[in-house]
Amino acid sequence: MKRLTDNKSSWLGNGVKLLLILVIYGCVMVVIDGQLVGRQMLSLIVPICINIILAVSLNLATGFLGELTLGHAGFMSIGAYTGALITLNANMPEPAALAVGLAAGGLMAALFGLIIGVPVLRLKGDYLAIVTLAFGEIIKSVINSLSITNGAQGLSGISTLTNYRHFTIVFILTVVTVVLISNLVRSRHGRVICSVRDNEIAAEATGVPVSKVKIMAFVISAFFAGIAGVIYAHNVGILKPTNFDYNKSIEILVIVVLGGMGSIRGSIIAAILITVLPEILRGADDLRMLLYSVVLIAMMLFNHSKIKERINDKLEQRKKSRKEA
Amino acid sequence: MNFWTNLIEQIINGLRTGSIYALIALGYTMVYGIAQMINFAHGDVIMVGAYALYVFSINMSLPPVAAVPLTIAVCGVLGILMEKVAYKPLRKAPRLAVLITAIGMSFLLQSGSLLIFGATPIPFASILPAGAVSLGGISISVTSLITMAVTVVIMIGLTLFVNKTKAGRAMRAVSEDSDAAGLMGINVNKTISMTFAIGSALAAVAGILYICQYESLKPTMGALPGIKAFVAAVLGGIGSIPGAMLGGIVLGLIESLSKAYISTRLSDAIVFGVLVVVLLVKPSGLLGKNRTEKV
Repeated sequence: MKRLTDNKSSWLGNGVKLLLILVIYGCVMVVIDGQLVGRQMLSLIVPICINIILAVSLNLATGFLGELTLGHAGFMSIGAYTGALITLNANMPEPAALAVGLAAGGLMAALFGLIIGVPVLRLKGDYLAIVTLAFGEIIKSVINSLSITNGAQGLSGISTLTNYRHFTIVFILTVVTVVLISNLVRSRHGRVICSVRDNEIAAEATGVPVSKVKIMAFVISAFFAGIAGVIYAHNVGILKPTNFDYNKSIEILVIVVLGGMGSIRGSIIAAILITVLPEILRGADDLRMLLYSVVLIAMMLFNHSKIKERINDKLEQRKKSRKEA
Repeated sequence: MNFWTNLIEQIINGLRTGSIYALIALGYTMVYGIAQMINFAHGDVIMVGAYALYVFSINMSLPPVAAVPLTIAVCGVLGILMEKVAYKPLRKAPRLAVLITAIGMSFLLQSGSLLIFGATPIPFASILPAGAVSLGGISISVTSLITMAVTVVIMIGLTLFVNKTKAGRAMRAVSEDSDAAGLMGINVNKTISMTFAIGSALAAVAGILYICQYESLKPTMGALPGIKAFVAAVLGGIGSIPGAMLGGIVLGLIESLSKAYISTRLSDAIVFGVLVVVLLVKPSGLLGKNRTEKV
């Protein structure tokens, strides 16, 4: 009986979510078509979607799997370059080339995720963070020295197939990413992923294939980073290796931390905030980095402070008393 | 003949860069040994040291004899402050939280100096005497000689300090087991602060030697030597002081030789490749202790 009502409410919940998605889509389309806001704001719409995809996918690796990776921008750059090279060189109608580019970009990033993940995920915590950072730098310096990626000059003249005029496709990709990852997290696989985070040894003892699970989550995370990279490439039209440095990885991490590790809703809200905020605080571009760092430190100190414990206790007490009443 | 002189000069270059890496790596390794955390902001302490030296010796036009100790003091205090503000409240928190805070700290220092000094690199004339010593057809710059000499002196001093003094014994005790050390009457907080101060002071020395060699200042200058020194610390076995020294020298040699004989552009990739290989083959490093996992 309980199960039935649960199902019903989740159907209702899904209905509300679907409606919400459609409403957001409608509103953004009206804004774009009616040119209700300035160009500056319009050009932020796609970066918001890109950051949402990046943050949600990093959250899978960092928030749910519990492995801090600092090379997310590296996977993004692999996707971006792969997708851009395909649309630049393929003799196909543009939409088809973009579709192929998206698939190839994602798969290439996933492949690199696999190649890097298999050896690296044997490491833990701090070491893993550093090695992923190192890999991000290696990817950057290899792209910098290859001729096919045009070295430090980068690629230019990529047709802007995913800028705000093509919002529909970007929006669909974002929604699909969010839905896929949040469903994955709630599924059996997702619970396995969380079990590895919560206690690796216990998970292993209960028969969870820990390395396999880690690699799976890592590869999926890399795949979506690659997709975000392809969208990025076809939004700005110019690619340079320096676009994907360590700072970009940190920016994504800030989004995930600000939104709350292991919270997809939080990642989405934080992605919107972090993308829009610098634009509002324009002219204070130097302050942006300072703000990021203060946010990171303050969030961590707050999350582990006594104030937070007290707030949590109070909230629980209130819940209890409400139940009793 | 030509090949051999070239090789020897590259090796000397490697030893010079390697000594700087070793000095920075010592800070990583000491802090890791005592607080079980990677101080991500350690690389940026080098940058703060470099800017501090610039302010003291150019803006306030102090002689090097006064500017250098002041720089070291500034960094030592910075190390203590960092520990008190950001890391101490998180001592019992999960490691992920500490690591993210350290990344935040690193960003804070970088963006702070970006706000104060701007992004354009500031040229800085070396405070060390220019010139070179010629030894059998091989010329060694005075900067290199001083860098290596300073490093050797510091290494000997540090080894003596850690092994022979009471404070050094306290440090070793805290890194072995901080709770037990506390019960034996060691002031754990003070010892940890002292470790951060020493590590940061070494980073300041490294920063001074670094800008005397590269003669240019920018807010992100600490990031790359910081990461490379971390690689050195891991290579030698993190937590081990002789390991950090060895790792730094080895890494400097690898970098300088790969720059000379393989590719300048890929030398960073090679250095990071070394890190990956070391971690995969022998995660405890060359001189590190193996630790078994307990439930």
